[in-house]
Amino acid sequence: MAVARERLSTAQATVQPGALLQTIGLTKSFGGLAAVQNIDFHISPGEIVGVIGPNGAGKSTFFNLITGLYKPTRGRILVAGQDVTGKRPDILLRAGVARTFQNIRLFQNMTVLDNVLVGYHTRLKSRLVGDILKLPPTRREEREAERRAFEVLRLFDDRLVPHSYELARNLAYADRRLLEIARALASSPKLLLLDEPTVGMNPAETENAIRIIAKIRSADLAIILIEHKLNVVMGMSNRVVVLDYGEKIAEGTPREVQTNEKVIEAYLGRKAAAQAAAMLDRRDALEEAGQ
Amino acid sequence: MNQFLQSLPDTLVQGLAIGMMYALIALGYTLVYGILELINFAHGDVFMLGGLFSWAALQHFFGAQIGANYGVLGGGTLVMAIILAFLIATVSCGGVGFVIERFAYRPLRNAPKLAPLVTAIGVSFIIENAVLVWQTGTGNMELTYPSLINQQIIPVLGLHIPSKAIIVFVTAPILMVGLLYLVGNTRMGKAMRATAQDQEAARMMGIDVNRVISFTFIVGSVLAGCAGVIYALYYNSIDYSVGFLAGLKAFTAAVLGGIGNIRGAMLGGLLVGEVESIVDSIDASQGVGLQWAEPAVFLVLMCVLIFRPTGLLGAQVVDKA
Repeated sequence: MAVARERLSTAQATVQPGALLQTIGLTKSFGGLAAVQNIDFHISPGEIVGVIGPNGAGKSTFFNLITGLYKPTRGRILVAGQDVTGKRPDILLRAGVARTFQNIRLFQNMTVLDNVLVGYHTRLKSRLVGDILKLPPTRREEREAERRAFEVLRLFDDRLVPHSYELARNLAYADRRLLEIARALASSPKLLLLDEPTVGMNPAETENAIRIIAKIRSADLAIILIEHKLNVVMGMSNRVVVLDYGEKIAEGTPREVQTNEKVIEAYLGRKAAAQAAAMLDRRDALEEAGQ
Repeated sequence: MNQFLQSLPDTLVQGLAIGMMYALIALGYTLVYGILELINFAHGDVFMLGGLFSWAALQHFFGAQIGANYGVLGGGTLVMAIILAFLIATVSCGGVGFVIERFAYRPLRNAPKLAPLVTAIGVSFIIENAVLVWQTGTGNMELTYPSLINQQIIPVLGLHIPSKAIIVFVTAPILMVGLLYLVGNTRMGKAMRATAQDQEAARMMGIDVNRVISFTFIVGSVLAGCAGVIYALYYNSIDYSVGFLAGLKAFTAAVLGGIGNIRGAMLGGLLVGEVESIVDSIDASQGVGLQWAEPAVFLVLMCVLIFRPTGLLGAQVVDKA
């Protein structure tokens, strides 16, 4: 029974076999100020883990660390048991870690299809000469890449496919957010980091995004979700990690986290906690109705 | 004035030839600016090196024939010499561009923008002065570049096209179309565009950004090197200083068309070439000496920037929102 724990001391953390991603005592300081401190974290294949916390709690810094954008001050990062601490983002992507950004960062002047193809880049083998001369192996590879890109775009129902040859900048806001997810998926990641995927979306768009995220999650794809909308994160996650001032203050199932004193004090406030509990009940009811 | 109007068609043809040369150099400025927002002041000197290295290669391999025929070659030898000149310029300038980026700019990638800019000016001085030292040391102050083909005027549809312009009209469009293809249709080109738009996101998509930047410098320098060969063939001379003014005008061309914009650099180059050629022609018809071309080029730049601050085709504005 995993009761929402007090902060784990790093001394106890050991390499967990079978974890897809694990961080041990992960710390990042900016000029003496610790943005992320001593985070022990793990996620197993196929799991969805929510990361919540007030603004400035270190959630995005945590993402930047495990995607290699920042180099950690201390601590280790393991992907499938391999130490990847301090590796470059493109290496980490090859290891299977892909992400979206909190503020949309598509290649705005490229088509929707090209955005996804850039994501697929890492899977292509052909070299520069073959690329320029369009040798048969390259052509074959490119046809395959395009087929695969459309496969990814189709996961998003009819939101992206009809716009395949339009510039990314011309998409509706919510669709641009979805395209970011598609671009990340194109690299066939094992772990997908979603940084507030539904921010700025209206309720209907949010519902739709949740449905799609639930659809893309599979036994081969684990998801870490940063999200401010508590109903979203509580509804989707198998497990929730709560950060505050760069430290992990709680971890457990959505229900455990919500009843955790520290979390309520630090983050939710009693009123919000009650609301979240109501959401949980609603989810349970929905699940029962579904079965 | 009458004399100017009569020769206007020929003036425009000449402007086209010069303009294509500027366009080739401008492309290098614009490619690098598009990706690093760095004005590579050493670029004009890479252009000069293209002329210089190919001169050395021609002297080494074809020196005897060139000397015997007043710089004119024929048949297979001519084809070989032209291929050699462009090949040497491509390889050496590509290498120089790579080395400049790797050792002068990359260490300053995360420094304030002014630092690489000043470094670029420094690299420019180093190259120019190194060549100057070599030229004085070897007593080669005025290097005569062989024209390779017979200098004559070819009449086409009432125009008088100098034979040396033919080389420009053949090679420059090939290089430009090649670049458009490279950027628009290859995976490397896609990586270049992605890196130009958002370096961090590109990195997150698994693009090795350092490799892309190196490649961009190599491509820009190769274009400049080839422009150097074309320039030297056209004007029949090369020395350490030609990179400065040509580089400055090509940079103007890049800004005129919209810096960071590839088609803009081509358009800007042609425009600068035409302005220069027309003003030279007016100067000649008035008998005042060829001195107003440069002021006119910069005047045009100023006028365009007043009304379109991002250049004719618009700078490539990276939308970070």
